[in-house]
Amino acid sequence: MRNLVKQIHISKRTELPWYKAWAIRGVAILLALVACALVTMLLTGENPISIYITIFEGAFGTARRTWITAQDLAILLGISLAVTPAFKMRFWNIGAEGQVLIGGLATAACMICLADTLSNGMVILCMILASVLAGALWGFLPAFFKAKWNTNETLFTLMMNYIATQLAAYYIIVWEVPKGSGKIGIINQSTEVGWLPQIGNQYLLSIVVVVILTGFMYLYLSRSKHGYEIAVVGESQRTASYAGIKVDRVIIRTMVLSGAICGLMGLLLVGSINHTLTTTVVDNRGFTAVMVSWMAKFNPIVMVFTSLLLVVLSRGASEISSTFGLNHSFADILTGIIIFFIIGSEFFITYRINLRKSVEKEA
Amino acid sequence: MTALETVQNAIRMEHITKRFGNVVANHDITLELHKGEILSLLGENGSGKTTLMNMLSGIYYSDEGQIYVNDKPVTISSPKDAFDLGIGMIHQHFKLVDVFTATENIVLGLEEPGRLDLKKASQKITEICQRYGFEVDLNQKIYEMSVSQKQAVEIVKVLYRGADILILDEPTAVLTPQETDKLFTVMRNMKADGKSLIIITHKLHEVLEVSDRVAVLRKGEYIGDVATRDASQQSLTDMMVGHAVSLNINRPDPVNVHPRLEVKGLTVYDELGVKRLSDVTFTANSGEILGIAGIAGSGQRELLEAISGLYPISAGNILFHPESEDEKAPADQKVRELVGLDPMAIRKCGVSMAFVPEDRLGMGLVGSMGMTGNMMLRSWRKGKGAFLNRKEPETLANRIWKELDVVTPSVSFPVRRMSGGNVQKVLVGREIAQEPAVLMTAYAVRGLDINTSYTIYNLLTEEKMKGVAVVYVGEDLDVLLELCDRILVLCGGQVSGIVDARTADKRQLGTLMTRVGGGSVHA
Repeated sequence: MRNLVKQIHISKRTELPWYKAWAIRGVAILLALVACALVTMLLTGENPISIYITIFEGAFGTARRTWITAQDLAILLGISLAVTPAFKMRFWNIGAEGQVLIGGLATAACMICLADTLSNGMVILCMILASVLAGALWGFLPAFFKAKWNTNETLFTLMMNYIATQLAAYYIIVWEVPKGSGKIGIINQSTEVGWLPQIGNQYLLSIVVVVILTGFMYLYLSRSKHGYEIAVVGESQRTASYAGIKVDRVIIRTMVLSGAICGLMGLLLVGSINHTLTTTVVDNRGFTAVMVSWMAKFNPIVMVFTSLLLVVLSRGASEISSTFGLNHSFADILTGIIIFFIIGSEFFITYRINLRKSVEKEA
Repeated sequence: MTALETVQNAIRMEHITKRFGNVVANHDITLELHKGEILSLLGENGSGKTTLMNMLSGIYYSDEGQIYVNDKPVTISSPKDAFDLGIGMIHQHFKLVDVFTATENIVLGLEEPGRLDLKKASQKITEICQRYGFEVDLNQKIYEMSVSQKQAVEIVKVLYRGADILILDEPTAVLTPQETDKLFTVMRNMKADGKSLIIITHKLHEVLEVSDRVAVLRKGEYIGDVATRDASQQSLTDMMVGHAVSLNINRPDPVNVHPRLEVKGLTVYDELGVKRLSDVTFTANSGEILGIAGIAGSGQRELLEAISGLYPISAGNILFHPESEDEKAPADQKVRELVGLDPMAIRKCGVSMAFVPEDRLGMGLVGSMGMTGNMMLRSWRKGKGAFLNRKEPETLANRIWKELDVVTPSVSFPVRRMSGGNVQKVLVGREIAQEPAVLMTAYAVRGLDINTSYTIYNLLTEEKMKGVAVVYVGEDLDVLLELCDRILVLCGGQVSGIVDARTADKRQLGTLMTRVGGGSVHA
């Protein structure tokens, strides 16, 4: 065993041309599909090709499905864009789930409590302000404690998720319709007060917002002074203070921005897409966003593709479970395999593996 | 040792090659260590000395080649393998547990059967100390020890594990001349006891003083070996750098000297409440290079960071005197107090201060960015609006690339991937480009080859002639004495003396470096 280990020699690559890196990623996705096919045949006896076709049809089979896929893509991408500046700063914010939910809660609160007293336009204005402020507060708290007392942001943001979930659960009971159902139902179904206006069709508003957000985030990170500060703080806080960057301020400012964008996504989820609030309205996308952001190496443009991949897989997965009568977990297995291969390919992009010439006369 | 006597090899490394990515750190090196000799492994920084030795101590594994210990082929794939073969390495950075005593550190990690018998162990350790002449208090905690005592503990640790072959990686880098003498005595005692030693160094006079034979590496290649009695400083320098270089540093007399930076009674504490600087008072003049000497960790870093506004100051004044033309202005506008200002505030009040910190990639530069991005560290705030101005920094990056011969494929190539010398050129180039009134450098030539070092010396001297107050924190006393105009010596966070570099000598500096309170400050 020891000799075998010695035959393999792992060294860091100095530089890999971009096309080779993408070739490696492409091969990884192909291998992932092959592995998925094998697993499918062995476990279910179904034809893997038809499963892939079903996945594709689940995501893009009809115009309506395509629109929903695009809308899901927009929300996931939006949350991913929100967490990215924090990650670039090496601030491990895993609290997007809570930040989106609290934004959604604030939206619902405005829709329910202000519908009778304010005009529709004012309600919507309040919703926008409230959701953005609520998300920003959820981002501010962990950042403030991190900047002042160096608390662990990962634990802090995770805990904030639970607080948001419990608050949402409490208010859902307070506002439940009808009493005893444990649900809010569609808010202002008859008056449609606080429903965000539709442009074109019911899906397009979120998509447009996120397209603008993508462009904004790309410019913000790569061209603005703030973006530069974030990059330097992420690399080394000592370098940042050396360059006269106020590290505490950058940490707090960036997390407030992160949280505010999450809050905005909460607004879209509740005010434009669902018109109701449940504790699971974010549907773990706050965590999936972490993966989207990392797989894209924090590049907002690449994130469009990584989030597309994950959205298509998850939309296709629900289709498989109904068409073939397979459990939804089976789709999760396939998603897991594909992500495993994609993340694994990064190892081969960073490192080179050589087989050592066998050394004679070894003891 | 006569020529006729058959020489037995303790170690023979044959055709050793080691690569890191595309960089060949060692190329086809064949090296012998004879039994009972002290071999100096000489080479500039980056010539592959430490890499080669790390393959003996099991930290790296060679890509090609074979190692023989006592004429038997061996495979060393872990530090434990090295210990089993009787090879022990004393690293530049000590690996000791601060809150343990010397004895506890020495027995740490040994897997001996049965209960741990500290008494018996300490007897054995005392025996070793007496035999070779180490001065170590076995019950003292590491954090109470001076650097040389810590080093002694490291050596005893290796001997206690039964090493016959000792490798010392730049052991004198952190020692005063007096402590170095003591170390050499111990080394000679070990040699007399039949141990074989390799000492890695780039200090020529030490090579000549302590070793029997010298092996020279240059850029990863083995240049040759020579018996020390046949070698001279000049011949070794020629082997090391490949061609004869003048060891003289050009030092013009200072012109138009007047006070630029006045530090009075500066006292700082670190976050643990330990006093790092105590009542430091001095003046840095324009048109002059002020050297700062001292054992590593005597307060050099704290001093420079305090002046740049990066270290909290608990008492004292730092006064900045602007250009002499302003002298007609009222006194309160003329002199500026810098205490209590952060780097941005210092900059805003018109004081142009350049700082080349010791930790180049961790403080002075952003490793993942290219030259342009790093130029922006000093100019990112310039210009109106929310967006960055990339043009100026890019022009500056291109200028430095050309003027200082920085080896890099482009100005966007991450500086982390450049070699140490080029990284330093980028950093020093950027700092000088600010046209500073005060230029502070910490260990500006550490890890650089001789040619780059001279480039840096010349740049600093040019700045001095332009009327900049240059502060040069250095470790090589020869360079300090040849480059600087005055030298301030720090010891334990206090100023133990300020001397004229043209008349002082190394002994004098060495004495000052250890004078206050025995000089034992733990880093």
